Amino acid sequence: MKVLRLGIGLAIVFAASWALAQGIVDKGVTDKRRSGTQDMGEALQKMQDDDTANPGMLFVQLGGQLWGKAAGAAGKSCADCHGGAASMKGVAARYPAIPKGTDAPVDLEGRINLCRTANQQADSFPPESRELLALAAYVAHQSRGLPIAPPDDPRLAPFRTRGQDLWKIRQGQLNLSCAICHDDNAGRKLAGVTIPEAHPTGYPIYRLEWQTLGSLKRRLRNCLAGIRAEPYAYDAAEYVMLDLFLMDRAKGMTLESPAVRP
Amino acid sequence: MANVLVNAPKTAKRGSIVEIKALILHPMETGFRPGPNGRIIPRNIIERFTATWNGTEIFDMEMSPAIAANPFVSFFAVASESGTVGLRWTGDEGFVVEERVSIAVE
Repeated sequence: MKVLRLGIGLAIVFAASWALAQGIVDKGVTDKRRSGTQDMGEALQKMQDDDTANPGMLFVQLGGQLWGKAAGAAGKSCADCHGGAASMKGVAARYPAIPKGTDAPVDLEGRINLCRTANQQADSFPPESRELLALAAYVAHQSRGLPIAPPDDPRLAPFRTRGQDLWKIRQGQLNLSCAICHDDNAGRKLAGVTIPEAHPTGYPIYRLEWQTLGSLKRRLRNCLAGIRAEPYAYDAAEYVMLDLFLMDRAKGMTLESPAVRP
Repeated sequence: MANVLVNAPKTAKRGSIVEIKALILHPMETGFRPGPNGRIIPRNIIERFTATWNGTEIFDMEMSPAIAANPFVSFFAVASESGTVGLRWTGDEGFVVEERVSIAVE
């Protein structure tokens, strides 16, 4: 009798653990992708989630001030055309996109500079300048919590394919491709650091190493220098192509701009 | 344009200890780095941070070039009376930023 009871007990324990394992597997099947946030320590996650501790929010605040400030020969501010920030909801989740009247895609920063030169008749912001990043952060912040949703524009397809090729091509003195680290070895360690899956879920990001906000372009340049390849020029189309591919790869993941990264 | 984020409780119990956290946008240039032209970029840091409660100084901090950019300061105070907490950052190149938050003590 005692043996039987033990047997039943074991069976229940086994069944429970099996069900638990199934649950984990099922969750994994729906989405195995991990945002960089999940690979950070608890302290940094808390920093990102607290809007008064996340330094990226300083730039969002600055972006909000710039949004209402008139600039250029046209004397117009962003708000004069676009109204409140609510009009920017979802924009960062779908960029890069092809602006009206052109045939090449631009990223969010590129779109801001396009508005600046065409509509405000002002000089475009230099790459990685505080103003450009602040406006990008302000716009991207409006999409926080939304799923990444690349547009269905068929004209984007060739650029995206080219981005995928760039992702897979070996380059630099170390002869590595993006995919070798971020697809094949993601989750493993590079020195003491966990290799992230490289989903652009939080750009522009506040990177503690940089001590400032930075765009995806800066992050890509950083990786290129890391594999000892020559980074593309700041205005190179390659960045936008990679951005297109990465956003498609991260489709459906939650946008968390401005994210904090170590 | 001052860019400051302050996190302080709006209300506090009399005699309780409250935490006040403040974050400010500042590049904190050390004064030791050469620029693209090879010349040293002049130092540009926040030198002093002070906090007052109804005009009485409760926290004072001196900063040096080793402090990270966009410094985050957290400190504690005993809530004895309702009032205004004044935060003041001063630094190189005439940098002065003041921010106020009110805390109601019950």
